Amino acid sequence: MNGLDLTVIWAGIIAFAVVIYVIMDGFDLGIGILFPNFRVGPDRDTAMNSIAPVWDGNETWLVLGGGGLLAAFPLAYAIILPALYAPIIAMLLGLVLRGVAFEFRWRDPAHRARWDLAFTAGSVIATFAQGVTLGALLQGITVEGRAYAGGWWEWLTPFSLLTGFALLVGYALLGCCWLIWKTEGALQRQCYSYAGRLGILLLVAIAVVSIATPFLEAEYYTRWLAYPGVLATAQIPLATLIISFLYFRSLSKRQQATPFFYALGLFGLSLVGLGVSMWPDVIPGRVTIWEAAAPYESQLFMLVGAAIMVPIILAYTAWAYWVFRGKVGSDGYH
Amino acid sequence: MVENDLAINLARVQFAFTVSFHFLFPAFTIGIASYLAVLEGLWLKTDKGVYANLYRYWLKIFAVVFAMGVVSGIVMSYQFGTNWSVFSDKAGPVIGPLMAYEVLTAFFLEAGFLGVMLFGINKVGRKLHFVATLAVAVGTFISAFWILSVNSWMQTPVGYAINDVGQFVPAAGWWDIVWNPSFPYRLVHTVLAAYLTTAFAVGAVGAWHLLRDGTNPGARKMFSMAMWMAALVAPAQIFMGDLHGLNTLEHQPAKVMAMEGHYQSHPDGAPLILFGIPNSADKRVDYAIAIPKASSLILKHDLNAPLAGLDTIPEADQPPVGIVFWSFRIMVGLGFAMLGIGLWSLFARSRKKLYDWPWLHRAALAMGPSGFIAVLAGWVTTEVGRQPFTVYGLLRTSESAAPLDAPAVAASLLAFVLVYFIVFGAGIVYLFKLAAKPPEAHEPTPDDAPIRSAGTTPAAAVLEGDHEEGVAP
Repeated sequence: MNGLDLTVIWAGIIAFAVVIYVIMDGFDLGIGILFPNFRVGPDRDTAMNSIAPVWDGNETWLVLGGGGLLAAFPLAYAIILPALYAPIIAMLLGLVLRGVAFEFRWRDPAHRARWDLAFTAGSVIATFAQGVTLGALLQGITVEGRAYAGGWWEWLTPFSLLTGFALLVGYALLGCCWLIWKTEGALQRQCYSYAGRLGILLLVAIAVVSIATPFLEAEYYTRWLAYPGVLATAQIPLATLIISFLYFRSLSKRQQATPFFYALGLFGLSLVGLGVSMWPDVIPGRVTIWEAAAPYESQLFMLVGAAIMVPIILAYTAWAYWVFRGKVGSDGYH
Repeated sequence: MVENDLAINLARVQFAFTVSFHFLFPAFTIGIASYLAVLEGLWLKTDKGVYANLYRYWLKIFAVVFAMGVVSGIVMSYQFGTNWSVFSDKAGPVIGPLMAYEVLTAFFLEAGFLGVMLFGINKVGRKLHFVATLAVAVGTFISAFWILSVNSWMQTPVGYAINDVGQFVPAAGWWDIVWNPSFPYRLVHTVLAAYLTTAFAVGAVGAWHLLRDGTNPGARKMFSMAMWMAALVAPAQIFMGDLHGLNTLEHQPAKVMAMEGHYQSHPDGAPLILFGIPNSADKRVDYAIAIPKASSLILKHDLNAPLAGLDTIPEADQPPVGIVFWSFRIMVGLGFAMLGIGLWSLFARSRKKLYDWPWLHRAALAMGPSGFIAVLAGWVTTEVGRQPFTVYGLLRTSESAAPLDAPAVAASLLAFVLVYFIVFGAGIVYLFKLAAKPPEAHEPTPDDAPIRSAGTTPAAAVLEGDHEEGVAP
């Protein structure tokens, strides 16, 4: 490849979309997960209002991840999605249920409890399915030729269930920290009390997944633990420990915005860890990014669009967040 | 093989089901978003309260429709891979970038400004809010642009080569691929259809309230605006549909043969079959009512021009005639009914009776769903007419599907049917509830809804000192 390898750039762009998606939709899915714990009435309305203006934009990064994968790595898209059929369909249906709840709960006060339930159920299903998807991809997929060759339950293993639960904890933590930042009063105090426990749970989950991962594939073991690479990879658990310490300290100091950013840091590090395991494969152990790549012309055409549009998207997304900055009340933004 | 056929047919049913549901929502949001932009623009220009009230009225409906469009759309973006993975692998290098452009230039634009449009009027002011509305409206159009380019490429593929692993790869520059031969026609035809769909939905809501209270200024205004759209766009659409049909005749003659019910070739002028029952077993249309040579006149602009029939197409390459034949007639019939309403409204307007003729209002009410039905019928015509191919003439539907077991697809189909009927059924009920309330002089936002601008906001201050019906959207 002549100096500038578009395949690597596109792998980077899709990884970027996934990271943005996970942290942005992560906190609004997390609010859905925690929702039944909030008092019916102003607290629930506040929690919902804190994400109502932004959830749709957050979810668009998922569409970019999927659409980008189809465009830049069509073979990976064509193998991964049928392999993970059940969890992907479950995720889509979960997103349907929770997405409409944002509008419907206001339109039908008589059945608001049902739409609140749909919001939670949809958020839990979508999150769990995403975690399972991640775990199933990491543990390996049966491939023959250019197609998935396993059965329709191959994704279901203790490891994929573990990653499903881990993501539930992680998103709940993000949602919790978002509400600490965006609310005040009783709801905020409630979220402070959850944030500590969820933090401990998340660290346990990260530890278990991290310990299990190197034993899934021989390649993961070498990527993580072979000398001298281990000198670099060891920094990831170290940084995780430092950020965890800062996270808990910010909670005990009752800081409002910082816990959210430390939580994002923990997610970022987990995703870097995922990158270390997978790189340079797109389907671990089976298909590399170069094998799955679309032709140069396709990647170049899209790169022009991405290079122009992504900065613009980030700018107006930041503006939309800025418009709705500050604490939110139960009757919307003032 | 039988097992495999079952899995493919289930996947087709699932795709048809989910895309049909999905398509109803963007067909409506493309239109309402533009309508909202016009209303807010008129409000900014004239400062007349009736426009602000109508904006608020339709914004509530838009929010519900948009939410349903978004969630049903995410399903579509993944279903190419889950159920049509071989198609995705092969066509991905060509259609993938176009869909990525849709996400980058349309979805983010809509989603990014939607929050401000719904909740932000008191935070950003009238002018910037109008920019947000415009951004959402333009986003819906850009979205239609890219996805219809993809669809059109599947109908009339150009600018590709086939590489050594059997993928379609771009070979002649992206301009040719994006502007493939059927795309300009399909784009204009579909966007006009979205406008007509909205015009008749808005017109029906206006008519419903006029039948109850002919003096309601909001109802009068929305009905009048909708009828202008009907009168202007319906004839344009019929003209455009004819051009689209001629384009299809050039590139996909088998589809037109199925639309026309022409099993046989007609060397000296083909008849226009108005009605009849296609009988594919005997290769003829039973009980046909036909106008001799009229089909040649429409399609070739010559009474005696020869027209080939399905007898010139190999059996394995023919689309199913019955569905295409009927869906085409439903679409065309509704199109002419729309034209009729448009002309009737012009006549009423010229007599200054637009708000006074209850039969016109009843007819407009009855035509409320016509756009949705016509859009679906048109979609069925073009998509079923493309069969048995996904990429026309090049990749068969039977060779496009994912390697899934039939029980897996059956289970997901069942889940989609259950969830969609419950969720979107409820959503449609809410739309009717919103539309059943008359537009009020000081159009409120619902209690507890996040769209709040009453209370201590500037909009309320404007309202207190102003006995016009002006109020911020």
